[in-house]
Amino acid sequence: MFLHELTANGIREKVKNREVSCVEVVKELFRRIKQKEALIEAYIFLDEEGALSKASEIDDKLESGKEIGLLAGIPIAIKDNISTKNIYTTCASKILENYIPPYNAFVVKKLLQEDAIIIGKTNLDEFAMGSSTENSAFHITRNPWDTESVPGGSSGGSAAAVSADMAFMALGSDTGGSVRQPASFCGNVGFKPTYGRVSRYGLIAFASSLDQIGTLTKDVFDAAMLLQVISGHDALDSTCSALDVPNYLSDINCRDNVVRIGIPREFFREGLDSEIRNALMNALEIYKKNGAVVIDLSLPHCEYAIATYCIIATAEACSNLARYDGVRYGYRSRLDDDNIVDMYSRTRAEAFGDEVKRRILLGNYVLSAGYYEAYYLKASKVRNLIKNDFDEAFTKVDCIISPTCPTPAFKIGEKILDPLEMYLSDVYTNIANLVGIPGISIPCGFTTAGLPIGMQILGKHFEEKKILQIAKLFEQETDFHLQKPKLD
Amino acid sequence: MDIDPREIDNIAKLSRIKLDDAEKVKFKNQLVHILEYVEKLNELNINNVKPIFYTSPLKNVFREDTLKPSFHRSNILNISPSHVNGFFKVPKIIE
Repeated sequence: MFLHELTANGIREKVKNREVSCVEVVKELFRRIKQKEALIEAYIFLDEEGALSKASEIDDKLESGKEIGLLAGIPIAIKDNISTKNIYTTCASKILENYIPPYNAFVVKKLLQEDAIIIGKTNLDEFAMGSSTENSAFHITRNPWDTESVPGGSSGGSAAAVSADMAFMALGSDTGGSVRQPASFCGNVGFKPTYGRVSRYGLIAFASSLDQIGTLTKDVFDAAMLLQVISGHDALDSTCSALDVPNYLSDINCRDNVVRIGIPREFFREGLDSEIRNALMNALEIYKKNGAVVIDLSLPHCEYAIATYCIIATAEACSNLARYDGVRYGYRSRLDDDNIVDMYSRTRAEAFGDEVKRRILLGNYVLSAGYYEAYYLKASKVRNLIKNDFDEAFTKVDCIISPTCPTPAFKIGEKILDPLEMYLSDVYTNIANLVGIPGISIPCGFTTAGLPIGMQILGKHFEEKKILQIAKLFEQETDFHLQKPKLD
Repeated sequence: MDIDPREIDNIAKLSRIKLDDAEKVKFKNQLVHILEYVEKLNELNINNVKPIFYTSPLKNVFREDTLKPSFHRSNILNISPSHVNGFFKVPKIIE
């Protein structure tokens, strides 16, 4: 087995036991990246020099017997909408093409404190708006399982990098499924924690009541390890919870919590690929064999989730993206305008891509005079109905299991011309963002064409630990997470 | 449904995005398509439902009003597209 094929925890053990140095790990990983990146294009920016220098720092620590962090020596990729001090952070947008943040995001600070090694910034749909990574202003990313297919999105670069063994773990962000959907398409584990569990300080905002930083990893244990590091209170994000962070790693193999699994019947109706349905049915059998009770339930308002999300996400996006004005940072139109509004309007016209423009326009439409009540206020009420569906469901079950996506990875170009069709691919994921609950996607099978299938496990607010245990049980009973795409 | 062309002009203005005529037509058609889908929400009776804007139980998060170190002015100005004498430089803002 090659070093790059190991899990993050596998690397950590080897580094801790001095079987391999951090510098060797980084060099081996960059060898792998140099072989595969030309095909996959998961990254926007690679920092080999910075990674090697951090690696040798950690090697020195080990040499002198100093205490090392929880992620010591693990090379990690960061989605390019998470701020990294002195390293380009572009959001895959022309408007931030040359932007270098003067500060680190909270999560990046935590990673560095725990001795992780940042190797680069991964591709995404511009400002995380999309489900295929085709909306990047720079280049598309290919799915390692089928290079004619998309890796999903918007954290497609992070998912593809982990799947192609070009990173041991990665951070993403999830506003409507942007961690879980690409994890499902690329066969890795994608975890979106509860809203407020992880600070959003330094995550470049898209839709502030929905955005959450999440993890993309090769298995459930690695997800627990990374979540452990990035969780916790931060005064710089006022929506960040002060609740204690439990130890996600201890008792991860505990099976006492695998009790009542809810299956929302609305999620298994028309539109669901039959191979995905079968994979899910097989997965439920595995849970039943291990003592779980499967309970049929209804989430009657979930069919309104996409419509609700379209309004809320675009309304919040148009406000958040108003900050790109060509004055304080980022791109400014080179034409000499004699009027500031013309300068704003030209700057934004030249540097935003179509999907971003579409969402800003739609957001301003639903918030504008005369339409606010018909759209934004209405959507915020339906959001409450959807939340009530979940509150009610969680009185009867411990978790809710569904497919992560209605289809496996689709072909590059297949949906890009139909925005609404693209939005519909988040049909099972964006409810978790509307409600604020945690959700994980884990591999649960393959289609006959050899594409990964993801299973989503949703839990109550702040019950990350229980979700990890439920996911871990499935992983122990199956080997889907051990399969690798054939890239050679 | 349809969107009046003047409405598109107004939204583009509110959005501070210059659109050419072809883009106006393209975005109008796409917006109409999405809004027609969104009209699905009208099936629901929501008169007595309270709206929610956040899912977090937090309310009024306060902090002490204390001085903390901040960025040096030059660090911030250096990432701006244009600055002069310690200020951001912009086109004329007053007629």
